[in-house]
Amino acid sequence: MKIDKERLAMLKEIMALDFSALELNLYLDTHPRDQRALALHNEYDRKLKELKGIYESKYDFLTHKNISECPWEWIKDPWPWEIDYEMGGK
Amino acid sequence: MWIYEKKLQFPAWVEGCDLNIAKLLFAQYGGPDSELSAGLRYITQRYNMPIPEAKAILTDIGTEELAHWEIIGTLIYKIVDRATPEEMIKAGMGPHYIQHGRDLYPHDAAGVPWTAAYIQAIEDPITNLHENMAAEQKARTTYEHLINSTKDRGVIETLSFLREREVVHFQRFGEALRLVQEYQERMKHYK
Repeated sequence: MKIDKERLAMLKEIMALDFSALELNLYLDTHPRDQRALALHNEYDRKLKELKGIYESKYDFLTHKNISECPWEWIKDPWPWEIDYEMGGK
Repeated sequence: MWIYEKKLQFPAWVEGCDLNIAKLLFAQYGGPDSELSAGLRYITQRYNMPIPEAKAILTDIGTEELAHWEIIGTLIYKIVDRATPEEMIKAGMGPHYIQHGRDLYPHDAAGVPWTAAYIQAIEDPITNLHENMAAEQKARTTYEHLINSTKDRGVIETLSFLREREVVHFQRFGEALRLVQEYQERMKHYK
């Protein structure tokens, strides 16, 4: 399912940032005192929260933990497996 | 607890309709070294880990594996979605079509259903972590076999991402193993 170009770009940006934060999360699990990694993690996390807020108010919920109008907005298509990511990471 | 996020970890894409690779991708959906085995193995092994680093890494990698399971499911869904029953039968997916239609099902590339016998949890953290490091290597090899079996650029790009994750997880489990060994060494002196 095709989605709006601008929306797809923002979703991919969120996915990339989230992945970076997760990679640092795993690294920090076994290096909890690495201050450089920790600072980077926190920087990505701040950016991510901001971007997710914009995406959710503009397009669609990323989690059900949102205040919804009627009808319940969480069920909106497309779901992640249905989205056409147009050549993936490129 | 877990919470679902309405996004994939990686923008999985397929170029064409390579049903042969769709059939083979079930190795990673419900095979012995599948993402499902990995996720359930790590999440199950968390409970008696002796140090917080190990509890965290099993929880977080276990969770990531379920996101990978979803990526494999997405690749299969996107390929099969474009196929007719005749095409599926011709590509060797007849048994799957008859029993599951275009739905996914946790069986391996040969149709053998997933079983908990693929995984172990045996309390000893050294033993459990070694099993996990072996599991990551087996999954890496499976991805290499899959990448060698298709020309679909989307499938190759997506599987290459997943293959790299196996390498990173192996590294993190190795570090957790070292931390547990150091912890056990310290504990010996207090006895």
